Amino acid sequence: MTAAPFTLGRAFRLGLLILGALVFLAPYIFMVSTSGKAQSEIFTSSLSLIPDRFYFVENFAKAFSRVSMPQLLWNGVVVCALILVFQVVIAVPCAYALAKLKFPAAKLMMALVMLGLLVPIHATALPLYVAFDRLSVLNSYVALVAPFSISVFGIFLFLQFFRAMPDDLIHAARLDGMSELGIVARVIVPNAWPAVTAFAIFSVVAHWNDLYWPLIVVSNQAYATPPLGLLYFRAAEAGDDYGALMAATLIITLPLVAAFLLAQKRFVEGITMTGLKG
Amino acid sequence: MSALHLENITKSFGDNAILKGITLQAEAGEFIALVGPSGCGKSTLLRIVAGLEQATTGSVKAGGRELTVLPAAERNVAMVFQSYALYPHLTAGQNIAVPLAMRQLSRLGRTPLLGALAPGQKEIRKTIQGQVAEMARALKIEHLLDRKPGQMSGGQRQRVALARAMVRRPSLFLMDEPLSNLDANLRVHARGEIVDLHRRAGVPTLYVTHDQAEALSMADRVAVMIGGNLLQLASPEAIYEDPRHIEVARFLGQPRINSVESRVGADGRIAFGPVTLQPREALAPGSTVTLAIRPEHVGVVPRAASGPAMGLPGQAERLEFLGSEVIVSVRLDGMGEGMLAKLSPAEAQRISTGMPVAVLPEPERMLVFAATGERLEAELASETVRESVHG
Amino acid sequence: MASLAATASLSAPAPMIDVQARRQSRTAWLLVAPAVILILAFIVAPLAAVVFLGFTDFELGYGSFRFVGFENYAELFSDRTFLKSLSNTALYTAIVAPVSLLLGLGLALLIESEKIGRSFFRTAYFLPVASLLVAMATVWQYLFHPSIGPINAGLRMIGLAGPNWLGASDMVLYSLAIIGIWQSAGFNMVLFLAGLTAIPRDLYAAAEVDGAKSALDRFLLVTWPMLGPTTLFVITISIINAVKVFETVKTLTEGGPNKASEVLLFTIYQEGFVYLRVGYASAMTVVFLAVLVVLMVLQYRLLDREVHYA
Repeated sequence: MTAAPFTLGRAFRLGLLILGALVFLAPYIFMVSTSGKAQSEIFTSSLSLIPDRFYFVENFAKAFSRVSMPQLLWNGVVVCALILVFQVVIAVPCAYALAKLKFPAAKLMMALVMLGLLVPIHATALPLYVAFDRLSVLNSYVALVAPFSISVFGIFLFLQFFRAMPDDLIHAARLDGMSELGIVARVIVPNAWPAVTAFAIFSVVAHWNDLYWPLIVVSNQAYATPPLGLLYFRAAEAGDDYGALMAATLIITLPLVAAFLLAQKRFVEGITMTGLKG
Repeated sequence: MSALHLENITKSFGDNAILKGITLQAEAGEFIALVGPSGCGKSTLLRIVAGLEQATTGSVKAGGRELTVLPAAERNVAMVFQSYALYPHLTAGQNIAVPLAMRQLSRLGRTPLLGALAPGQKEIRKTIQGQVAEMARALKIEHLLDRKPGQMSGGQRQRVALARAMVRRPSLFLMDEPLSNLDANLRVHARGEIVDLHRRAGVPTLYVTHDQAEALSMADRVAVMIGGNLLQLASPEAIYEDPRHIEVARFLGQPRINSVESRVGADGRIAFGPVTLQPREALAPGSTVTLAIRPEHVGVVPRAASGPAMGLPGQAERLEFLGSEVIVSVRLDGMGEGMLAKLSPAEAQRISTGMPVAVLPEPERMLVFAATGERLEAELASETVRESVHG
Repeated sequence: MASLAATASLSAPAPMIDVQARRQSRTAWLLVAPAVILILAFIVAPLAAVVFLGFTDFELGYGSFRFVGFENYAELFSDRTFLKSLSNTALYTAIVAPVSLLLGLGLALLIESEKIGRSFFRTAYFLPVASLLVAMATVWQYLFHPSIGPINAGLRMIGLAGPNWLGASDMVLYSLAIIGIWQSAGFNMVLFLAGLTAIPRDLYAAAEVDGAKSALDRFLLVTWPMLGPTTLFVITISIINAVKVFETVKTLTEGGPNKASEVLLFTIYQEGFVYLRVGYASAMTVVFLAVLVVLMVLQYRLLDREVHYA
């Protein structure tokens, strides 16, 4: 196809896209800009994006002093990593068995998976909270991670992926003398990487951003995840110190946004794959 | 005034020239097969004729009408796609009706439900229904009309795609490898059917294929395209027996034509074993030419059984039994060249693998090509050779 | 092999096939066991418990509870807060789901048809999906601030008095909806883009040859029907995500002002985890689940009947 001529319609289309992109990016622009402004300048409510006096250092210092940012980010990383590892280690073998092995309970198991797909954490939170309270495991990594150690969505996604894998591959592995567990470890897992990456992106985005469950089981800064920490920071920041607040949001938003910008293609693929299969 | 006239069509993407100046004319009711290896530009040419792509230069005319800049929707051409391109959400009947509805109904009339309210559209719908039913009868797909493409076999989809293309009496019929997704048996059967349909409709047809058997068996004329050039356009017989270019000779024929490089001798003649050829136009001594001969014009006999001076000596390397014929590969002594011969099973019975044999090319069937690939006319230089061959 | 199996099944009590099947079945159980245990522990049991608790007056901190039958449910439907919360959630969903769907579709079509800057636009519109919503909600709070916020500052410059976006009870739900749309349109766009690239190019070529002259004709004949499955999926997921709105409400409004932004999950959260009325909140949860089930069933039925072509 030759380059399309620059028609009026095309100019209109591009204009629309650029305008929309500006609107969608505006919050980020203002976040960065405001995190560099002094309190007094913010209160003049000027629309200028470049601060009169650069106040970045002061705002970021404030953000770091009120709430332990490294602790928040570390908690986020630990919780997301633990959740992901458990989810993959438990879901992959289960999905393999459902996709490729014949056993009597497979149908029942599928029904469980379908039921699980329907039930969000919000529906099971109350009894889980009561149980965790009785077991005195509130305010711990265990409480944050345990309910998500099983991802029926993960099982479902891997199941779809494994079904598309040729049976001959598994038959060949059996003829080559591998045990069933050996097949999972040496044939299935290495070939499941695209699905695992897609699922990893989905899982990390979901749990890094989750507020509901951490809000319920954590009441202690030591175990706060990034969204919860930001909530504490807001509470501690009586009044409208937007400069420091924006600095804090910037710090907390940055890791995932940076990861997204670096691995955009994978992100979009991952979300699309998980999205369409879900 | 020809039914279709392509004048010097070129197409390039940046520096990459896909079509290098194609000129072609089709007469009314003619069936032309565009054949060539993949990547030769045949599909691009078809899409340019359809209006789906724009040629870089050149013009497309049909029935005296200038089409070059018209969008596909206004060209009144019909096309069958390799993937059939049936609309998966519509039934076979609705699929066939699309080209009629698009041209005859208003946009409101085409909308489901609302369409019934549009004035005057009801009668048109009825006529369309009639035409679809008639087409379905002609192609024996009446029982499929209510099925969606997803519920049909490959052969059935192919028929629906044909029906959709034929239903509106186009001024030109374009087919882009319409049979290549069918299995072998069905393909041979469908060939004959398409030819019959073409005869009945009498619409000039451009048929793209990479399958030489399809091209030779179906078309009135075959156009061989290689590397973006139209090398020859002629009847199937002519293009097979009398190729004007070495690439055409090599592309057509199964197994491939035998070819040997040779040099023009000091006397201006070309010698190949016992055969000597005299080019019609004088060639510089020492210049390279290519000699070619089809396997069916090569004989092979056991060497022990013949006189010592006969044919080209060699060794039978492999025999492939194909039922009605046997392909014998022979390595020629001293030349290291391989040669293929197509023999009848009876002739082949006398030969076995590893046996010393004599290769007997029919001298008058030998073709000479210049280094550029162009065909050179040549005639036999000596009669004695003939005798020794047949002796 | 065949004769072996035949004789085995006739005479031997434990045919060879069975031994293999049993071995496979044992492996399968080993592989699914962890998942089964966890599903039972973290999904099935809590689910049963929530239904059970919905019929009790259980409150955290009190040792005993008693059965109250449908009392909780009866109370629910005379509970002003809960009813307000239901209608707010419905209104929020009725705005966010269709707008983010159409916006996502529009963006996907625009980006698909434009050669320049594809990946930039995709990134720009998708960025909110990958951003921490609680953090970005905070940014929106600043943008929406009635006196120092850039939005109202901008409006003042052109002589308009901006509303109190998050502070006025007749405005707050719409403001939250704006954030919701901003956050989810990119997700829908990416799904639609994937749906668009999956449409075979040949169909557009066929449509052109068949006489679809304008872009609108081709959209109606090919694009829209071919996007059917994607659209249905996007509709369902948009509705479910909108029904699950919580983060922005918790961060920005706490349900206020005057319960004008009470939404389902926030109300459940308040009742269950702040007032600790677990029994009552469980009944609300059951209602919430029922809504999800109805939506899923609707999607499933439609998917089966209308838009599944293969």
